[in-house]
Amino acid sequence: MIDIAIPLFLVVCGIAVLFVRGLFSSIMIFSVYSLVMAIEWVRLNAVDVAITEAAVGAGISTVLFIIILSRTKYVDEGKHMNIPALLVSVSVAAVLLYGTLDLPNLRDPNIAPNTHVTPYYLEHSYEETGQLNVVAAILASYRGYDTLGETTVVATAGFCLILLLRGSNRRQGTKDSQKRTGSRT
Amino acid sequence: MNKHTAGGVGINPTEKSPTVTDQDKDIIKKTVTKFLLPFIQLFGLYVIVHGELGPGGGFQGGVILGVSVIVYALVFGLKEAQQRMSVKTKDLLVSSGVLVYGGIGVIALLFGGNYLQYNVLLPDPKFASTIGIMGIEIGVGITVAAVMITLFYETVRVDDND
Repeated sequence: MIDIAIPLFLVVCGIAVLFVRGLFSSIMIFSVYSLVMAIEWVRLNAVDVAITEAAVGAGISTVLFIIILSRTKYVDEGKHMNIPALLVSVSVAAVLLYGTLDLPNLRDPNIAPNTHVTPYYLEHSYEETGQLNVVAAILASYRGYDTLGETTVVATAGFCLILLLRGSNRRQGTKDSQKRTGSRT
Repeated sequence: MNKHTAGGVGINPTEKSPTVTDQDKDIIKKTVTKFLLPFIQLFGLYVIVHGELGPGGGFQGGVILGVSVIVYALVFGLKEAQQRMSVKTKDLLVSSGVLVYGGIGVIALLFGGNYLQYNVLLPDPKFASTIGIMGIEIGVGITVAAVMITLFYETVRVDDND
């Protein structure tokens, strides 16, 4: 029952984001979408991903969207159909759906992911790394270089943000601070 | 305008109505935030340090720690938040997290192992692995928390003036 209700609710949220009036409502529905997605991750036994989804998807990205919304202006142009964009979206979705047909059934014990590395990690991770949590053993020990690279990517993204936005803010702040504070509502 | 909601001006534009004073308006959310923040941060530390036993790890815990500073900035304003966690400290933390991670790898090299080979750090290999993995999780957490605070500080920065 709940396994059908949650994905259905996700689809309804995804459609409602498009059709609701006002970007603020869209952001709120998007936040709800992330929260329900986190529940779905728990249902799928992916607790790590659930924590990330709840903290990043429902928490930080909502705050960031609202900040960006408050710093930009938008006008409601009414509803009009953009035929080329619709065609591109539908064809991309069709290609992706076609791609899922080739995915193996994850419950099948004979497919490659279930016969090669996964049993090895499950059997040997405690002796080799001393970790009770296999996820942590893979992330930090077997795939330690990958995690180092990911951390470096996150730090580099932070540096780029500092370099790009801090300079522009300083210039803007001195030049048109009067105009900006007047126009922002 | 009122300094207390400088960071959170964008949340609710109607908040600026001058019928209630700043003190009355903010007292509930300020009190609740003051009460909740230690628990949020404790939970973040728990998720980081407990990562090798239960769900969670450096990234998740780092995000939770970063969110605690963002919540403080939203409620108390950007200026007060930057007095607690200054921009300079935060910039240093971004790179020092990666440094902790890479440094543990170099220490493993000095002990005669491969890069990031944790089990040479101490005589007991399993305990050494636990210590090493906890160390790199802490490094990941520091970087992620600092980058999340960076995201907030840099995007909201222009609002600082009013």
